[in-house]
Amino acid sequence: MLQSRSFVKKTKQGGVRKIVREHYLRDDIYCGAPFCKVCDVSGAKLSDAPSPLLVVDTNVVLNQIDLLENPAIDDVVVLSVVLQEVNNKNISIYNRLRSLCSNASRKFFVFSNEHHRDTYVKDMAGETPNDRNDRAIRVATRWYQDHLGGAVHVLLLTNDRENKRKAIEEGISAETVESYVKSLGQPELLDLIVQPPSEDVKMEDVEDLRPSKRKVIYTEHKPMSEITSGLLRGIFHQGKLRVNRYNPFEAYVGSESIGDEIIIYGRTNMNRAFDGDVVAVELLPQDQWQGETSIAITNEEDEEEDVHLPPSSADDAPRATNLVQGSTGAANSPPSRPSGRVVGIIKRNWHSYCGSVEPMPMPAGSGGVVHALFVSKDRRIPKIRIQTRQLDNLLDKRIVVAVDKWDVLSRYPSGHYVRTIGVIGDRDTETEVVLLENDVEFKPFSSQVLACLPPLPWSVSSEDLANPIRQDLRHLQVFSVDPPGCKDIDDALHCTALPSGNFEVGVHIADVTNFVHPGTPLDDEASKRGTSVYLVERRIDMLPKPLTEDICSLRADVERLAFSVIWEMTSEADIISTRFTKSVIKSSAALSYVEAQARMDDSRLVDPVTTDLRNMNALAKIMRQKRIDRGALTLASAEVKFQIDTETHDPLDIGMYQIREANQMVEEFMLAANISVAQKILDHFPQCALLRRHPTPTKEMLEPLIRTASAVGLQLDVSSSKALADSLDRAVGSDPYFNKLIRILATRCMSQAVYFCSGELSAPEYYHYGLAAPLYTHFTSPIRRYADVFVHRLLAASLGINRLPDVFQDKAQLTNISDNLNYRHRNAQMASRASVELHTLIYFRNRPTDTEARIVKIRSNGFIVFVPKYGIEGPVCLSKEGGWLVDEQQQRIKKSDNSIYYGVLQTVQIHMEVVEPQPNRPKLQLTLIEDTYMTKK
Amino acid sequence: MEFVNPEGLRLDGRRATEMRQFRAEIGVVSRADGSAVFEMGNTKVIAAVYGPREVQNKSQQINDKAVVRCEYSMANFSTGDRMRKPKGDRRSTEISLVIRQTMEACILTNLMPRSQIDIFVQVLQADGGTRSACINAATLALADAGIPMRDLVTSCSAGYLNSTALLDLNYVEDSAGGPDVTVGFLPKLDKVTLLQMDAKLPQDTFKNVMELAIEGCKAVANYIRDILMENTKRLECRRGV
Ligand SMILES: [Zn+2]
Repeated sequence: MLQSRSFVKKTKQGGVRKIVREHYLRDDIYCGAPFCKVCDVSGAKLSDAPSPLLVVDTNVVLNQIDLLENPAIDDVVVLSVVLQEVNNKNISIYNRLRSLCSNASRKFFVFSNEHHRDTYVKDMAGETPNDRNDRAIRVATRWYQDHLGGAVHVLLLTNDRENKRKAIEEGISAETVESYVKSLGQPELLDLIVQPPSEDVKMEDVEDLRPSKRKVIYTEHKPMSEITSGLLRGIFHQGKLRVNRYNPFEAYVGSESIGDEIIIYGRTNMNRAFDGDVVAVELLPQDQWQGETSIAITNEEDEEEDVHLPPSSADDAPRATNLVQGSTGAANSPPSRPSGRVVGIIKRNWHSYCGSVEPMPMPAGSGGVVHALFVSKDRRIPKIRIQTRQLDNLLDKRIVVAVDKWDVLSRYPSGHYVRTIGVIGDRDTETEVVLLENDVEFKPFSSQVLACLPPLPWSVSSEDLANPIRQDLRHLQVFSVDPPGCKDIDDALHCTALPSGNFEVGVHIADVTNFVHPGTPLDDEASKRGTSVYLVERRIDMLPKPLTEDICSLRADVERLAFSVIWEMTSEADIISTRFTKSVIKSSAALSYVEAQARMDDSRLVDPVTTDLRNMNALAKIMRQKRIDRGALTLASAEVKFQIDTETHDPLDIGMYQIREANQMVEEFMLAANISVAQKILDHFPQCALLRRHPTPTKEMLEPLIRTASAVGLQLDVSSSKALADSLDRAVGSDPYFNKLIRILATRCMSQAVYFCSGELSAPEYYHYGLAAPLYTHFTSPIRRYADVFVHRLLAASLGINRLPDVFQDKAQLTNISDNLNYRHRNAQMASRASVELHTLIYFRNRPTDTEARIVKIRSNGFIVFVPKYGIEGPVCLSKEGGWLVDEQQQRIKKSDNSIYYGVLQTVQIHMEVVEPQPNRPKLQLTLIEDTYMTKK
Repeated sequence: MEFVNPEGLRLDGRRATEMRQFRAEIGVVSRADGSAVFEMGNTKVIAAVYGPREVQNKSQQINDKAVVRCEYSMANFSTGDRMRKPKGDRRSTEISLVIRQTMEACILTNLMPRSQIDIFVQVLQADGGTRSACINAATLALADAGIPMRDLVTSCSAGYLNSTALLDLNYVEDSAGGPDVTVGFLPKLDKVTLLQMDAKLPQDTFKNVMELAIEGCKAVANYIRDILMENTKRLECRRGV
């Protein structure tokens, strides 16, 4: 049956155009009830005896999606008219609703009412689209009731009073969400309900919410029309708001129109914007551009910084805007950046957050509804007001909360409880929080993904060997060197001495793309995950375990498929030729770093593997030296290693990760392989090669390093990476750790390396500063990084082995992919760090410890120390009565009577202990052991 | 954008392998030797055939077969913006050529030497798939004019969006920028006479899309045959047979 739908649409040029579209009505759309006698039940998703069958309207979906996601709600009919409206209004809720509908374990059925012969409604004259859609929903509900007969109770859930009234008039049973959920008799579900605005006012329980006492805290957001015209006229600036991770009262908006970052100080100026929101900003008058920093921090609640891992790049580190607070250096401070305030929010980035309820006493007469404040684990997020009926139950829990709204009258946004993760401090709970906070997908792989795996047990087949693209390299003596216990072995090496005195060196990388084909569910999932995530006690794989640990893993004594880079090198490590080929290899040994090192060091050993190792090591040393001569930086990071109890998974011991020559040897060849591949794919695909660049740090970024160094009388030359590398080499202090400390401080001034697509930038911007390489990419870890999978496809295409997948023709999609890789990569790092921090806390729970620490930064109330032994960093507060004076120039803090002073990079003794200032909120506290220093002096 | 939802319905409610509704009428232009209107959904095309007749420009005359000429145009009111369209622009020249070649391949031109056949097609309403509709209309008009043909050439398009092969794209689907394969097909001889695509598609996908378009051509052929039979019956009645 055919219906013609005509509507009027405004064109881009502003003209009006009548559009006529065909609209087909069908009789093959089924109700989805498995017991239906009339319909085809093959696609039925609803349960056998739904009680009742729920039909939801658009606003219920938009507002109560968290409730719908709760398994207590099931047997829901989602009408296509509702889906369409949700899609137009909020794409992320639409995606959540869609995944509910496709989830096999949930009974959500999509009924295409708009294309069903009996439920399609024609527009009526004078009817608004909203009314028309409400009517369509009622007609469909009615149809369900008539279609399924008296056996099933069909219930329309709507919070729209008018719609509900009409429904009841038409003989449809309808209820509000709240009354329906109440009828379920599960009071905790009520916490999930988002309160409609009308009921909001009656929340008298919290004192400052009384309507009479509520005052306007924030300014109203400007209407969208005003924002648009303001942006056009250049009065407002649009950009994404990023809140400082270390100081949530400071945010930045990168603005293209200004070409600089606009700083926004304080919650008032942020005007209810969240991290990640796209906002419109108005610049403040220039005389207000500075001096607000200290006020902004002190006038609102002062959050104490926790002990954390030292930042691994500038992106993690707090901004260097106010190294020393309360100093008198305002007069000669560097020209400040523009500051502004948010006037409107163009796109919200609200999602759900993990955290806990702020400890509070149980109000008298508890049991009823209580208002509580939720504190997110992510410090960039403000506290969120929630309503709960289970406060006593939540106080010691990690919970997930979603934001609903934030009006001008309330200091905090309001939201609702979504679910409980577990008890605070419990390792599994906290690990889940870490994963959720960093948007890491840790659900098991779906059956569609697993269906893409080759059948097990897998082995190299005769077809693989006969394939002309694949070279048989099984005769080579290939071996791998990895951290102990490594199961996902991406890479293996070989080194053969040639009669000419040269060496043939090969890097063999697991041939993941032989198993992961573009466009398959497996590939989509891997591309979404982007990388494997390494936590202290577990690994979240990018690819399913059979691939990761078996089929792709280049284990010893089994034949495996590989993608090889083979060089001929002189004994001076000059590359004479490079070739790339798919191959079959058979690794003869899977060594750990320790084993490899021990073999090389044991002069009695002269077996072939050890000889090859020594040859490679000699070559690697030369390559490394050449790289350093070119100006590559040797930066240091303080990686810690936990020894985990195999049974309880509790950390038994922590210590610094020791880097051996063998690590550096493998690293050197991986770098070389990546560089060779980068060159090859860029030559072949100048527009769509996926590369990795490391931006050159600006002078401003290196400022804190220079300042710290000069405080201890060290001059650093930062004019180029070569100059910096040389001055870092020269920076040798009185003790052996001094140089490493300086390097650790240098690391945190650099920004992170990022993936990009060669078509987006020009050649000079491809530069990798840290490696001093004009070109770089990731090729060597395809089992655990998707970028490498991508690069494998590019390399294979450049060799004519396969066709380039379609995505490479789509620039926008390529940019999306590289953005996602950067996002996932960064999140994976953050998750690893958070996991280490969590285990450090668990470790010190019952182990108060005294240890040595180095001061890395002076603050007004003490200093930040770095603890080399445990690789952590945190604040040490000096007692207030001491009367401490800060000397910014000298980077010192001293007592007013000059009796004691502390300077940057100085060694101090500290005491580490886990304390609970508030119940269930354990934190690691660092305190100074003063007398040890005094006696030393 | 979502062109096929997870329920398997397209924006207009069709499934992936369903065609729009067609409608055809024969003998709509009384002065012409043969004429027809062909509709595929909201796409509406009129075709008129003149000939075989004497060649107007003697220099174009071919001694052993007939000359086939084709003129394609689009009515100014055929699209939403009602813009005046210049005659003989690049696109219509190209489509004229495509239609002429397709029709020429199935007309038994050698039976009508030193004569000329003119085909005029005009798009009255455009909503995707105009090329196919023109060919189908022209086939009907040629049959109406009684011009001897090898087979009824029919045409249909298919595309590939959201990783799904879609039959008979409408305007919205057509302007999504995905590949669009137009096939002209001789159903009795089981031969493809026209194949056009201006995009890149992997080979295996292309095969699926093309096969789908051929299925579409067969469906059009069945419909056209019915219409012709009906028309013939009506003519018989009128003659009192
Ligand atoms: Zn039914």
